[in-house]
Amino acid sequence: MQYLLMIYRSEAELFKMNDAERQKMTADYGTFTQSIIQSGHFKAGDGLQPSTTATTVRVREGKVLTTDGPFAETREQLGGYYLVEAKDLDAAIAIAARIPGAKNGSVEVRPIMIYSPELVQARSGRP
Amino acid sequence: MLPAEIEKIFRDETGRALATLIRLVGDFDLAEDALQEAFAAALERWPSADVPSNPRAWLVNVARNKAIDRIRRQISFRAKEAELTHEALLDAAILPEEDSAALDDDMLRLIFTCCHPSFAAEVQVALTLRTVCGLSTAQVARAFLVNEEAMGQRLVRAKQKIRLAGIPYEVPERDALGLRLRGVLAVIYLVFTEGYVATSGEALMRPDLAREAIRLARLLDALMPGRREVKGLLALMLLHDARRAGRQTKGGDIVLLEEQDRTLWDRAQITEGLKLVEEALQLPGRAESYAVQAAIAALHARAPNFHDTDWKQIAGLYEVLLRISPSPVIELNHAAAVSMVDGPARALDLIDALQARGGLDGYELLPAVRADLLRRLGRHQAAREAYLAATAATQLEPLRRLYARRLAELDVES
Repeated sequence: MQYLLMIYRSEAELFKMNDAERQKMTADYGTFTQSIIQSGHFKAGDGLQPSTTATTVRVREGKVLTTDGPFAETREQLGGYYLVEAKDLDAAIAIAARIPGAKNGSVEVRPIMIYSPELVQARSGRP
Repeated sequence: MLPAEIEKIFRDETGRALATLIRLVGDFDLAEDALQEAFAAALERWPSADVPSNPRAWLVNVARNKAIDRIRRQISFRAKEAELTHEALLDAAILPEEDSAALDDDMLRLIFTCCHPSFAAEVQVALTLRTVCGLSTAQVARAFLVNEEAMGQRLVRAKQKIRLAGIPYEVPERDALGLRLRGVLAVIYLVFTEGYVATSGEALMRPDLAREAIRLARLLDALMPGRREVKGLLALMLLHDARRAGRQTKGGDIVLLEEQDRTLWDRAQITEGLKLVEEALQLPGRAESYAVQAAIAALHARAPNFHDTDWKQIAGLYEVLLRISPSPVIELNHAAAVSMVDGPARALDLIDALQARGGLDGYELLPAVRADLLRRLGRHQAAREAYLAATAATQLEPLRRLYARRLAELDVES
């Protein structure tokens, strides 16, 4: 199965980091990413620019509406993601727990939808 | 065979039959539906014919065939890719005789899946009661005091999560087993405590839930023999539950430990509990929370009366618990035991110090424990205030009546 691991952390805390701490974080992410590339779990992954650079888009009555910033104001903001291949949720959780950001932020683990409605229905056992 | 006897077989076999079926057909919902069909077939056949010598095997076989039929029907009008997936499934479903160890593993798989940490605690409890214990959705709904429809939806969502999120149908690997087992035991204990002292409502106890919890722990002890934490929890629940008949009056009022008629306690259950405590304490390893709590319950069970209880050792065991698994409940119980050794004044100091540290914020039994200590110290006005606070803090009618009784006694004394 594939899982999207979404990394949330407090940008306020992040901005307070000094250079040495930043370098350490970058190095930790490098090591972690290399390790999941080598183990064959890695499908994709990126860091994101801070939420101050975000624009939220909605279309209402045919009109495009844009707002400055992310959809919701929260204590932690989405800061990056990994897309991984894992045999089950336990394996995905184990990978998520090794992401450096899990130590001070949080990682949301979401299964990727298998876009085959027939398969999903057949497996649910309902006609 | 009588319908009631058949119902009992269903009740006893649901968990294990379902556990094996889920592995065979690879899907919770399909397995549940097929088992329901097998029950329906049994209800038709068993009253007039001989009941099979192994009812569970019969049920699993019939249900498996029903599931295969259903898959075949679906394949006939479904796309090719579904067919391919299910060919593998059909192969797996055609199995030879299996040994009992494999079937035990199925039951453990089911328990660990229902108690997966990716579910909220109450979802773990609901899934376990529904699938492992074989309670109906209506019965599980009653246990949670919610309506059947809401519970049905909660269970559907949980089973959907198992399938869509890829929660494995497996007993955890060795290095994760200890932690995951603790989660399972927490679920069992949650079921028990809700049965032992209900959170709210008219009745103090809900013995059906306490019995289910004991049944689950027995099962786990049989499936994973020689685990201290399992034996400890089973012993703890048996020893507490043995006092059930003494814990309330016929009218449903609470009888506190000091006033209980100890001849009402279930001696056979106490004997079993004491033996398990010994076994748990003899197994190697560091002090383990459930075993230590069971050892405390054993001291109460052995004592001839409230005053001749080994309070000193009980206070000491609570100190061990405070080291290995500190919590507000343990702090309060420790203080209560200290009050029996060193007097209520010393216990009140402990509680007030703890409260000042914020260690008991929002803990609803705190005012009740304070009230009792103040009453024993003869500080009637403060005791009265504490009982009023205790009354406001609980939703359970029998507790409210207990506090009202205490308030009336205080009025008489002063």
